[in-house]
Amino acid sequence: MIASDDDILSTAVDWKAQGRKVAIATVVETWGSAPRPVGSHLVIDGEGNFVGSVSGGCVEGAVVAEASDVLADGKPRSIEFGVADETAWRVGLSCGGRIRVYVEAVN
Amino acid sequence: MRLELLKALNDERAARRPAVLVTELANGEQRLVKGADIAADPLAEILDTALRAGKSRGVEHEGKNLFLTVQAPPVRIFCIGAVHISQAMAPMTALAGFDLTIIDPRTAFATPERFPNVALLAEWPQDVVPKLGLDQYTAMCLLTHDPKIDDPALLAALKADCFYIGALGSRKTHAKRLERMRAEGIGDNALSRIHAPIGLDIGSVTPAEIAVSILGEIIAALRKKPLRAEKAA
Repeated sequence: MIASDDDILSTAVDWKAQGRKVAIATVVETWGSAPRPVGSHLVIDGEGNFVGSVSGGCVEGAVVAEASDVLADGKPRSIEFGVADETAWRVGLSCGGRIRVYVEAVN
Repeated sequence: MRLELLKALNDERAARRPAVLVTELANGEQRLVKGADIAADPLAEILDTALRAGKSRGVEHEGKNLFLTVQAPPVRIFCIGAVHISQAMAPMTALAGFDLTIIDPRTAFATPERFPNVALLAEWPQDVVPKLGLDQYTAMCLLTHDPKIDDPALLAALKADCFYIGALGSRKTHAKRLERMRAEGIGDNALSRIHAPIGLDIGSVTPAEIAVSILGEIIAALRKKPLRAEKAA
């Protein structure tokens, strides 16, 4: 069972041990009402499988897509989601908050 | 993140040791600072504050945007004595998000009827406490007044450097307790860490009110001042 963010980081090591490509996304900043607190993790593999969460499910899809870019070039990046962002038309937070997510590869 | 770093972070968590992962967001540079190394770190004060708050957060330091992934082991509270105060402690600690275990060898006290939904060990502290892995993220409350039951747990808590140790009883009872601990070779420095009489001085009267004062004292010990390990390091 994935009970906490800590277990999620253990999953990252397990997946890596299985030879999968692994990226970790972390909520590094929040404004307004954000669904998941700073420090929450989402772990993504090269096939787009993921565990954990960085929002209430609103932006995970976009983060997973970003992770595949990070895994491709190995460069970490920060992405921001929220109503003030132009991407809000595509992926936004229905709660009206904003979050910044840092995505990095495990290598 | 380098795999070794992630593994080290997971190892520290599994061992119930505090650690902070510092990430420079602009370039992805990372390092892991173990709890014992914080005092000697250039970011000592910032890391210490973050660890005490127990929350991951971003900080700005010398023009750099850093993110601190904070891993503080979950706090555990042990109450020696399945007494009236412990009955009040049970729902309060659950609300506050602490992990509570009650220990009392007297099976008339330690019954599931009196303590629904609480981890309850009807065993002698000298038998069971050594198996619990007491550490600096553990609080120990001695609530029986009975040296036979309290003292072995008190000794273990002092040796394990628990961040909070509280003992119920009058000043006279406590003076005798201190004598017994000195006879066991415990120094005055360690003995001064025992909160006795237990609980904040808020004029508590009922068992539930005393439980509030104890929980308040535990929270103050946890959040207000550096944990012993961080000070010593």
